[in-house]
Amino acid sequence: MKVFIDQDKCVASGQCVLAAADVFDQRDEDGVVILLNPDPPAELADDVRQAAAVCPALAIRVEEE
Amino acid sequence: MSADLVTSMSDTPPAEAPQFPMPRATGCPFDPPPFLRTLQADAPITRVRLWDGSAPWLISRYDHQRVLLSDPRISADAAHPHYPHATTGQKEVKKGMRTFINMDDPEHARLRRMVTAPFSIKRVEALRPAIQKIVDDLIDDMLAGPTPVDLVQAFALPVPSLVISELLGVPYADHDFFQQNSRLLVNRDTPPDEAMAAQHRLIDYLDRLIADKLADPGEDLLSYLAAQRVATGELSRQEAALMGRLLLVAGHETTANMIALGTLALLQHPDQLAALRETDDPKLIAGAVEELLRYLTIVHGGRRRVALEDIEIDGHTIRAGEGVILANDIGNRDATAFACPDRLDIHRDARRHVAFGFGVHQCLGQPLARVELQVVYGTLYRRIPTLRLAVDLDLVPFKHDAIVYGVYELPVAW
Repeated sequence: MKVFIDQDKCVASGQCVLAAADVFDQRDEDGVVILLNPDPPAELADDVRQAAAVCPALAIRVEEE
Repeated sequence: MSADLVTSMSDTPPAEAPQFPMPRATGCPFDPPPFLRTLQADAPITRVRLWDGSAPWLISRYDHQRVLLSDPRISADAAHPHYPHATTGQKEVKKGMRTFINMDDPEHARLRRMVTAPFSIKRVEALRPAIQKIVDDLIDDMLAGPTPVDLVQAFALPVPSLVISELLGVPYADHDFFQQNSRLLVNRDTPPDEAMAAQHRLIDYLDRLIADKLADPGEDLLSYLAAQRVATGELSRQEAALMGRLLLVAGHETTANMIALGTLALLQHPDQLAALRETDDPKLIAGAVEELLRYLTIVHGGRRRVALEDIEIDGHTIRAGEGVILANDIGNRDATAFACPDRLDIHRDARRHVAFGFGVHQCLGQPLARVELQVVYGTLYRRIPTLRLAVDLDLVPFKHDAIVYGVYELPVAW
């Protein structure tokens, strides 16, 4: 699985961090998403899909392999 | 019926377009109005009639709501002549003084990002011990006092008011003032001149606070806005005061309603209350918060928007300039999104609900609301295991007339 984020779209809802804290974090200055791991292991795949599904700004894209 | 026929029939608002909002069914205070369910089944994209005679589109299905709320051709601009305002008071308040929740990108994003930092997951988690202390102290006070007690005044309002006051740097001693004026702003039957007066009182109050913070900044959000945004010329004092007003009202009015209405819903579902009382699993408590957000969807007037371009959706055309109301309360009861949607089940995965809205305007304070509700729901029923409603359910005054649903009073005993 490959993960892509769009920081311009992000509205800092924080839901990706709640869903998959090992993959997503937030910038200190404005809460905008930071991608910690663009290539997460299989055991995190469901959490990452959840993060993409709940992102209100559609700022997370997942490519399944 | 062909798709063409459906389109041609519903593109012109019929004279008999149903009035919105609709009443809830007697004896079903937690369920959306039954007519919304009929619309969701038979006419999920249709016209309704508002208080001012306008006929915006009413979108009742979960998937349509998510699609439209994340469509950049849908505007939240409350100054647009066809924006479907909830009340005449709201119209007066919103069209004159817009905050970023009623602006579009890029202006919306620029202003919103000025205040997102304190609501990050990390920053909000760091507040958890302080929130726990607030909750514990208020429960101590209730237990030491007489019963029955009104849970709204003794607990549901003070918890989020104390938290948002601390975060913004607003003296909690002024809570009577800001709670009273907030209530005037969110009640549907507040006359427009009174809503406007309440708005001005709150803004003048925040403007004075910001002036104080400019002179003597602290660690709070208003000080940050004053020192980093007003002093630099990025925001006027008026804009900063408006932003402060938005956060102050949104920060206590909504969470307070979730605390009181959520407690009432749990008291009416003793099996769910027992499951919550008997767990110390933070995951189950967090899941219960999401489920109560979904089940209750207290912003029951829907998300309000206006189309900037023609939008085709599921055989219908929403024309540029037409108002759109996304009814999240019935969206969160859509059986295609949530199995057995009318059942309150704290064990379900409800995280995809649209109680905070969807799209770029989704609630800014949601991480804070989540932690507050997790602490409240995870503490109150364990500390007071015999908590019970002290009056009959049909004597509880529900906020049918408010933009944010809840209860005016909740007499409880133990």
